[in-house]
Amino acid sequence: MGRYVARRLLQMIPVFLGTTLLIFAMVHALPGDPVLAMFGDKGADPATLAAKRHELGLDKPTWQQYFFYMRDMILHLDFGSQIRNGRPVTEVLGDAFPITLQLGVLAFAIELVFGIGLGIVGGLRAGRLADNLILIFTLLIISIPVFVLGYIIKMVFAFNLGWIEPNVATEPEWSQLIAPAVVLGGLSLAYVARLTRTSMAENLRADYMRTAVAKGLPRRRVIGVHLMRNSMIPVVTFLGTDIGAIMGGAVVTEFIFNIHGIGGVIAESISRREGSTLVGLVTILVIVYLVTSLLIDLLYAVLDPRIRYA
Amino acid sequence: MRGAKSAKWVTGAIIVALAATACGGGKSGDSGSDAKAVDPNGIFSIELGEPEKPLLTGDTMESNGSAVMAGLFSTLVDYKADGSLTMVNAESVTTTDSKTWTVKLKPGWTFHDGTPVTSKSYVDAWNWNASLKNAQGLASWFADIKGYDKVHPDAEGAKQTADKLEGLKVVDENTFTIELTKSVPYFGHKLAYIVFAPLPDSFYKLDAKTRGQAPVGNGPYKFKSWDHKKKIEITRYDGYKGPNKAKNGGVVFKNYTTLEAAYEDLKSGNVDVLRQIAPKDLPVYRQDLGDRAVDQAYSAIQTIAVAFYADQWKKPKQVDPRVIQGLSMAIDRATITKTVLNGTREPATGWVAKGVLGFQEDGGNGVTKYDPAKAKELIKAGGGVPGNKISIQYNADGGHKEWVDAVCNSIQQATSVQCVGDGKPDFQADLTARKTKQVKSLYRSGWVLDYPVNANFISDLFRTGAGGNQGDFSNKELDAKIAKADSAKTLDESVKAYQAIEKDLKNYMPSIPLWYYKVNAGFSEKVSGVAYGQDGDPILTGVEVKK
Repeated sequence: MGRYVARRLLQMIPVFLGTTLLIFAMVHALPGDPVLAMFGDKGADPATLAAKRHELGLDKPTWQQYFFYMRDMILHLDFGSQIRNGRPVTEVLGDAFPITLQLGVLAFAIELVFGIGLGIVGGLRAGRLADNLILIFTLLIISIPVFVLGYIIKMVFAFNLGWIEPNVATEPEWSQLIAPAVVLGGLSLAYVARLTRTSMAENLRADYMRTAVAKGLPRRRVIGVHLMRNSMIPVVTFLGTDIGAIMGGAVVTEFIFNIHGIGGVIAESISRREGSTLVGLVTILVIVYLVTSLLIDLLYAVLDPRIRYA
Repeated sequence: MRGAKSAKWVTGAIIVALAATACGGGKSGDSGSDAKAVDPNGIFSIELGEPEKPLLTGDTMESNGSAVMAGLFSTLVDYKADGSLTMVNAESVTTTDSKTWTVKLKPGWTFHDGTPVTSKSYVDAWNWNASLKNAQGLASWFADIKGYDKVHPDAEGAKQTADKLEGLKVVDENTFTIELTKSVPYFGHKLAYIVFAPLPDSFYKLDAKTRGQAPVGNGPYKFKSWDHKKKIEITRYDGYKGPNKAKNGGVVFKNYTTLEAAYEDLKSGNVDVLRQIAPKDLPVYRQDLGDRAVDQAYSAIQTIAVAFYADQWKKPKQVDPRVIQGLSMAIDRATITKTVLNGTREPATGWVAKGVLGFQEDGGNGVTKYDPAKAKELIKAGGGVPGNKISIQYNADGGHKEWVDAVCNSIQQATSVQCVGDGKPDFQADLTARKTKQVKSLYRSGWVLDYPVNANFISDLFRTGAGGNQGDFSNKELDAKIAKADSAKTLDESVKAYQAIEKDLKNYMPSIPLWYYKVNAGFSEKVSGVAYGQDGDPILTGVEVKK
């Protein structure tokens, strides 16, 4: 187990370097010069541009910029500063992450509770009315694009019914985040429900279920322990990768509900060619992905003792 | 004039670069009339995007930062709606030859930290802003002043040889003189711009990181806090001595990711003043808001500029202006502004925008009239469009596609010249293509006033080598006329000379004027007296908050 974890942690290093390098190279390959754009339509003289480039270290070759950036990041946890406003990237991320995290946690909770809940109901009543209703409902959610769902929710609940505020205030409260969290978690909720349903419906016919029932175990225990535990493996896998997706995929949702989180920073950094901000962001997202996927892999052993790690 | 405000509406992630969006200041007129009692200490909120850069007088070019700076700083002068000057921090700005200017300050003014505003506060601030080592985006505004080439050489790799502008001299506590390299009749108008604001001594002691995070100014409001990407707060400065004292207790600039969100919040009473309505809401906002809807012209113009360096216009011979005249007359401006642009623009009749000193009706001399038959005739007479095909470059993230397509359709139908839009993914890519002279045919361009004189719309755009002249337009005849207008003895004569030049521009066709911008905005029931300046920004000090 310990060796397995150590090996996985070591594997993270090349993945980490590779992704950051890729992002760095991609931002630099985009047409458009961040320094030029600082001065807009009317421009600045070559001397000012050169002075600015030098000040920001953008006059160095790309590989050097990447090297110094990674060195500062790893040695001093210094993610550099934004090109335009000179704010440290750590501060920018520190502003944006809490709200996205808040939104992500809420969305994940909704996804978890309702997704698995609906899945259990559907799985246990496979082929019956409740199951069919759930299948139709999830199909509906899967087929509606996120931004359409966002606007529909806003339209109905904020404007027509007046139950919620249309936008998240600059100092957000949990209650304001429910609507965007539903939108953000909606799609995954549908997948979780369907995965859980199928997995449970299949396992209901498994040998160990028959044995458990034959042993005369109470129904609660048969379903709660024997069935659930075995049916959760694909669901947990999906949930694990979804944590990362929620963090990175909030772009549209944050935009619709005026949330100043990671989504906005990503979009803004791309359009402004803010290489260092993007790399910083992606680095953190990559770490989130890597850590959750490791945790999920370790969780397998808990769920199914047959899975062992050398 | 190089380096004025640009890229308006950088709201959160989405860059909707309208055009070159310069800020002049322009506070004038307020219409505070309402029955409800007014709370003189009331605080109101305005929709705003996160300022792109630190709040420095020498580097704040885009409209988000400018809106805040306009409240924090007062400059020497300001201008009224007709383009004429009023004194703010200056007692008088005088000159006899338009070359040497004497500024007298009103005594007794203080910065928000309590230190007095003196002539030295101005001279030091200008020297700092002009200096190359500080790399301020607006430095070129000081180019008229003697010694600028030493403080800020333009060429790449050049080193500055002086720290101070030779032309600036402190006479006494409240007087200083400005010597220019040549006469500039409208220099007084330039002084209204934020880059000419004074700075307190404490500014120079700050390091680069904190500088611009909490500006100390001399304006009607003092800085309170800046919660990045959330809000900026400023409060009334009670020690303010200027004529434009704030009629409210302060302003909260709230950050929105989209204009749509801001509009929704306006309707539900969460924000008081908007600076612009999103395209989606334009068809309904007049109904929604009633007399709280704002629909007002401001001094900006959209044009189609010609990339004169492109092979199409240069080889085998320079394009005949009649061809461009023809293209101009093939555009049905009235219909496009009404339908595609929802009445948010007004067809242009010349190159100079409204609200500017020297604006004249039909400055384009009929070249903006829609006349398909004449258009065809002119293009034929001029030898035709090379290749019979043109393209208009634009940035696809700025909401320009719709009207570019409409303009193309109009040209194609009227003249059978093939026209396509050449969309660049975003403003950055569009700018880079322009800077590196990669534009193949025509490109979308625009100009918002830097200072309210018609010279700003002609000299700064069409003079050979001017900062705004990105299409490499060059004509010796026109250059001579501009030089003559610039050397006029008085402002009046200069303005008149430029008016004549504008009427004459038809024969050169450096660009195709399309339409003037309008402010389409609105405000809540909580406030009154909301007016917008020539730069399109709301005038903060005049807003009254109801109890």
